[in-house]
Amino acid sequence: MKTVLKNLVLINPKQKLNRKASLIIEDGIIKKIGNLSGDDLKNANVIEFNEAVCSPGFFDMHVHLREPGREDKETIKTGCNAAAAGGFTGVACMPNTQPAIDSAEIVQLIKDKAKDHLVDVYPIGAVTVERKGELLSPMAELYEAGVVGFSDDGTAVKTARILRTAIEYSKMFNLPIIEHCEDETLSNGAMNEGFNSTQLGLPPLPSVSEDLIVSRDILMAEYLKGKIHIAHISTKNSVELVRNAKAKGIKITAEATPHHFTLTDDTLKTYDTNLKMSPPLRSNEDLQAILNGLADGTIDCIASDHAPHSIEEKEVEFEDAPNGIIGLETQLGLALSELYHKKVLTLEQIIEKLSINPRVILNLPVPSIEVGEPANLTIFHPNEVWTVDVSKFKSKSKNTPFNKRLLNGRPVAVINNKKMYYKDKFSEI
Amino acid sequence: MSLSSRHLLGLQNVPKEDLQLILDTATTFKEVLERPIKKVPTLQGKTIVNLFYENSTRTRISFELAEKRLSADSINFSVSTSSVKKGETFKDTIRNIEAMKVDMIVVRHAAAGVPYFLTQISNSNVINAGDGTHEHPTQGLLDMYSIREKIGKLEGLRVCIVGDIAHSRVALSNIYGLKTMGAEVSVCGPATMIPQRIEELGIKVYHNIDSAISENDILNVLRIQLERKAREYFPSIREYTKYFGITRERLDKAGKNTLILHPGPINRGVEISSEVADGNDQIILQQVTNGVAVRMAVLYLLGTQN
Repeated sequence: MKTVLKNLVLINPKQKLNRKASLIIEDGIIKKIGNLSGDDLKNANVIEFNEAVCSPGFFDMHVHLREPGREDKETIKTGCNAAAAGGFTGVACMPNTQPAIDSAEIVQLIKDKAKDHLVDVYPIGAVTVERKGELLSPMAELYEAGVVGFSDDGTAVKTARILRTAIEYSKMFNLPIIEHCEDETLSNGAMNEGFNSTQLGLPPLPSVSEDLIVSRDILMAEYLKGKIHIAHISTKNSVELVRNAKAKGIKITAEATPHHFTLTDDTLKTYDTNLKMSPPLRSNEDLQAILNGLADGTIDCIASDHAPHSIEEKEVEFEDAPNGIIGLETQLGLALSELYHKKVLTLEQIIEKLSINPRVILNLPVPSIEVGEPANLTIFHPNEVWTVDVSKFKSKSKNTPFNKRLLNGRPVAVINNKKMYYKDKFSEI
Repeated sequence: MSLSSRHLLGLQNVPKEDLQLILDTATTFKEVLERPIKKVPTLQGKTIVNLFYENSTRTRISFELAEKRLSADSINFSVSTSSVKKGETFKDTIRNIEAMKVDMIVVRHAAAGVPYFLTQISNSNVINAGDGTHEHPTQGLLDMYSIREKIGKLEGLRVCIVGDIAHSRVALSNIYGLKTMGAEVSVCGPATMIPQRIEELGIKVYHNIDSAISENDILNVLRIQLERKAREYFPSIREYTKYFGITRERLDKAGKNTLILHPGPINRGVEISSEVADGNDQIILQQVTNGVAVRMAVLYLLGTQN
């Protein structure tokens, strides 16, 4: 089967590629790049893209797929559908499932469930057994089963002692420890500590809680020459700490979420539990620091922290509501609206942070737009205005504060594993 | 004259005219409370639910009495646990109550924001009877009423709120209401009990009780929680009392009259000495009486809106 993708703008900063061209794909392989001849269109499925951007497939390195354990919130299938609809061809899923991803069997279960999908799913293994922070998980076995990193996400690795062991052990596989940076002795609040928490009377959670663990982790990575990735960075001081650590050559990388570069704790006046997440929405000063960190490369990638929760779990008192929002289907739109259109990042930089850097951090190959290569592509319109409509989401959960928000830029199609997702449908390609 | 809002969720952003109206209306009801027959038919036929998700005998009794004196039908609904533990969500509880056709809901809850959430899912008038460490507007109003009754005005008075400001729902309501009425407001307490950036509300922060006494006309002394959890914020009750307790000697040292308020229940010998609590400068029991009048005013003004 031959598919012609007409009139694309191919951009891949890794190949120094930025040009208008059409693509021909046959059996999932890129057969031709360039201008089309009459023959090319024969017996082909021809799709006109009107100069939409085509880049290596996007990769979200921080999602919660909830399976196994909480299939009422999301399954691997619905999560993958949401990823495809959001413009992603690959995701790395966090291990805070029930049971946690702390055994080769669970890794295998997830891979089996994901195997026929367009979207590649790479599990992240737990650092400690049951994510309890006590005993090291069977990291070698998890590595052999296919995990791409280790994390006790939801919390930081509990003690410096177990973190030390984990970093040393994981160095054998060159995989990063992905840290949810929060000092648990300071993190019993419900929102960022500041003038807003004082006025709203909600229990405050200070930004220094994150900074303390970021500091600990940087020092530990330096001391042990290990690799640490800071998940969902949210504070000004943490951005500065990572910037300085990178300048010293310490192996630290970081990601930021769309909600942390779009919203501040000023929005919490309505006590909307869809604005409750961990780390919490911070101040405008923190948000500006994240934008600067994205712009100067301190923050390597953008990741959604896609965290599905049921309506009944979220429709409770703010302090009792679970943390997190879904993000796969708004991530690209928010990145383009808040970063590209506001001139924080160029399109090339957006592609680096959504496609290339996350794969590099997890030691995964970066897809190339080259003849003979498997087509692993994201096609998006950077200038198409649309309104978020949560009722159309593929995710099983609806917990987003962005419903009805106007965004500029949206995904059009994704291609991977000989499959295409285009206009709400999967097809073979 | 009527209030500009259908609900009373807090005193933040409540306009001066509304505060004035409530306080003036309360004066009328205070007269009713002095009569031999302390009842008026104003809210006859209205149904009010007192939805208390947290134990609070005083506030509940005060509201209940205010409702009865206005001839409303009132129902008490007390739940000691949050919805999460109870199994039924808060939203479902409210829907069930609404289905019984009620007119007003008085709500007390340990979580901030619950009264606001209630306005989103209910058609009733909502009165906040205390939410988390956010606001307790009728307490703020009755404190203001009591001060005004005693001194004759609020404008220009210097009022200091003393104690655990960070874990109080009374402090914010007092700050917002008093400032709107033109009073100068300050807070005094150990640094661990003062929430971040509270001075941005336009108030002064003291950590020295003697300065607070000498520079203010009125002290509103908050209750110190004696439970272990609250004790994280100061070394010992002895130390709190030594440095922040209101005693006769401290008041005398200032060489002037200082009016003392306390929202109750008082811990004698902790935040306030018995001598002061029973002395001539305090209006603690008048506050309780005024609480009924002020709550009658709020219920009346909200319950008779179109």
